[in-house]
Amino acid sequence: MAEVLVLVDHLDGEVKKVTGELLTAARALGEPSAVVVGAPGDAAKLKESLASYGAEKVYVAESEDAANYFVTPKVDVLAALVESKSPAAVLVAAGSEGKEVSGRLAARVGGALLVDAVGVEGSGDDATVTQSVFGGAFVVKAKAAKGLPVISVRPGGLDAEQAQGAAAEETVEVPAVDPAKATRITGREPVVGGDRPELTEASVVVSGGRGVGSAESFEVVEKLADALGAAVGASRAAVDSGYYPAQFQVGQTGKTVSPQLYIALGISGAIQHRAGMQTSKTIVAVNKDAEAPIFEIADYGVVGDLFKVAPQLTEEAAKRKG
Amino acid sequence: MPNIVVLVKQVPDTYSERKLSEGDHTLDRDFADAVLDEINERAIEEALQIKEAHDGEVTVLCVGPDRATDAIRKGLSMGADKAIHVLDDALHGSDLLQTAKVLAAAIRTVEDVDLVIAGNEASDGAGGAVPAVVAELLGYPQLTHAREVTVDGTTVKVTRETEDGLTHLEASLPAVVSVGEKINEPRYPSFKGIMAAKKKPVETVDIADLGVDAGDVGLANAWSTVVEAAPKPPREAGQRVEDDGDGGVKIAEYLVGQKLI
Repeated sequence: MAEVLVLVDHLDGEVKKVTGELLTAARALGEPSAVVVGAPGDAAKLKESLASYGAEKVYVAESEDAANYFVTPKVDVLAALVESKSPAAVLVAAGSEGKEVSGRLAARVGGALLVDAVGVEGSGDDATVTQSVFGGAFVVKAKAAKGLPVISVRPGGLDAEQAQGAAAEETVEVPAVDPAKATRITGREPVVGGDRPELTEASVVVSGGRGVGSAESFEVVEKLADALGAAVGASRAAVDSGYYPAQFQVGQTGKTVSPQLYIALGISGAIQHRAGMQTSKTIVAVNKDAEAPIFEIADYGVVGDLFKVAPQLTEEAAKRKG
Repeated sequence: MPNIVVLVKQVPDTYSERKLSEGDHTLDRDFADAVLDEINERAIEEALQIKEAHDGEVTVLCVGPDRATDAIRKGLSMGADKAIHVLDDALHGSDLLQTAKVLAAAIRTVEDVDLVIAGNEASDGAGGAVPAVVAELLGYPQLTHAREVTVDGTTVKVTRETEDGLTHLEASLPAVVSVGEKINEPRYPSFKGIMAAKKKPVETVDIADLGVDAGDVGLANAWSTVVEAAPKPPREAGQRVEDDGDGGVKIAEYLVGQKLI
């Protein structure tokens, strides 16, 4: 079967959830090979989870430069593997960095860039991807017209399924860095989200809007999120009013999320917000205004005071969790 | 004296309804109001702030149809010095890689470029890769998704902000920088700026001027192809209830029924 390269998205010795989704998508196209680009020792920590999602091979590209330079070491390693292994396709997570890695790779190796796929089907190099564009208003199917398909896959866009793989290791070289063309990473400050899942990776998102009324009252959103094991989001109105930090903004100018469950508290549902969340599987809305547009897309809506409804739901959810 | 090129794009207003054409699945540009993408205003603002601190020149570069001149004029009225408009019917339907190639070719026509500044991601295509691909093609370092940019001599430092948190980046000029939402608040063009913009030079070029082969651009030569596109059936409104003091319990029951909790 044709080999499909998957760039492993990892942080602090753990694979990110999207890596399982990438390997699952790769299995639909052929035989997945995981590519780990990172600091010495990273791959050893990741191997077990890569095997559990069906990675047949693990290419290990480790060096200090790989960890200390930005984007290009990943492109360099993938480009070298494309040359030596002639894979049928390359899959990368469609996060901010993955989109950049996949774009550069496609430009360098003469590949077809397929961005932000929420579905992958076909076999080998005849992959067709499904994309959700304009914030989910259009569904597009696209494929490579020529060249190697380089596909970025939206986190949470498809479901990961476990499968045992051999995860046979092969060490590959990290090509030398040209300092004139490369960018050094001089420091990192990861998001301190506490114990909450990352917004774009979470299966449940609880968001608050203008209706929350103040930064202090956002606690009501956070409590419900914690009871559901959810990430916290905010509408642009809430962020612009200073209720919640901008990195949690969901919508056209913020993050696009497509969780299993999206709960909107005090969010009217302006088109800008809907663009970031309307592909969620199930949408629940609580709003005082019965005319709020969010109810047009909600699977279940409650017209009422979020400060009464949300705490009650928090209590119910906690009860059921036991 | 940094010489800065700012990449701008005209996009359908995100406040209006956007659609794809039925024939070739490209953006239906006549359907929605066209505006300068909001993130590009921030890119121009950042370029102007760097110019004001270090002197230099700001060139606005746009690939797009005739009416993209409105977006270019807006950039000039904010304070950019001149503009290049790549206008060629052969470009219709070009994909991200082809567009990046044209942008890179146009940047090469500007002498002694120190910085290329772009928005991190357009609001229509949302590919989020054009600045990276332009850096790849030019062989420049990329410092993308900036919330802070500092130019010091021949060094550029950027604080990158993404879903992964903050990353501090450093590289030598010339470099490609893309800016995020939090970089700055773009200025409004003044009346004087709007008047002055009318006299600023806009160089209109086609792809032959840039040495780009017509066989490398456009829908027919795109690397990727759309096989079908359809509006997603609108989400139907589901159940809606008034809160009678048991709204939270009702949601919980609904979620249990859907096996979500």
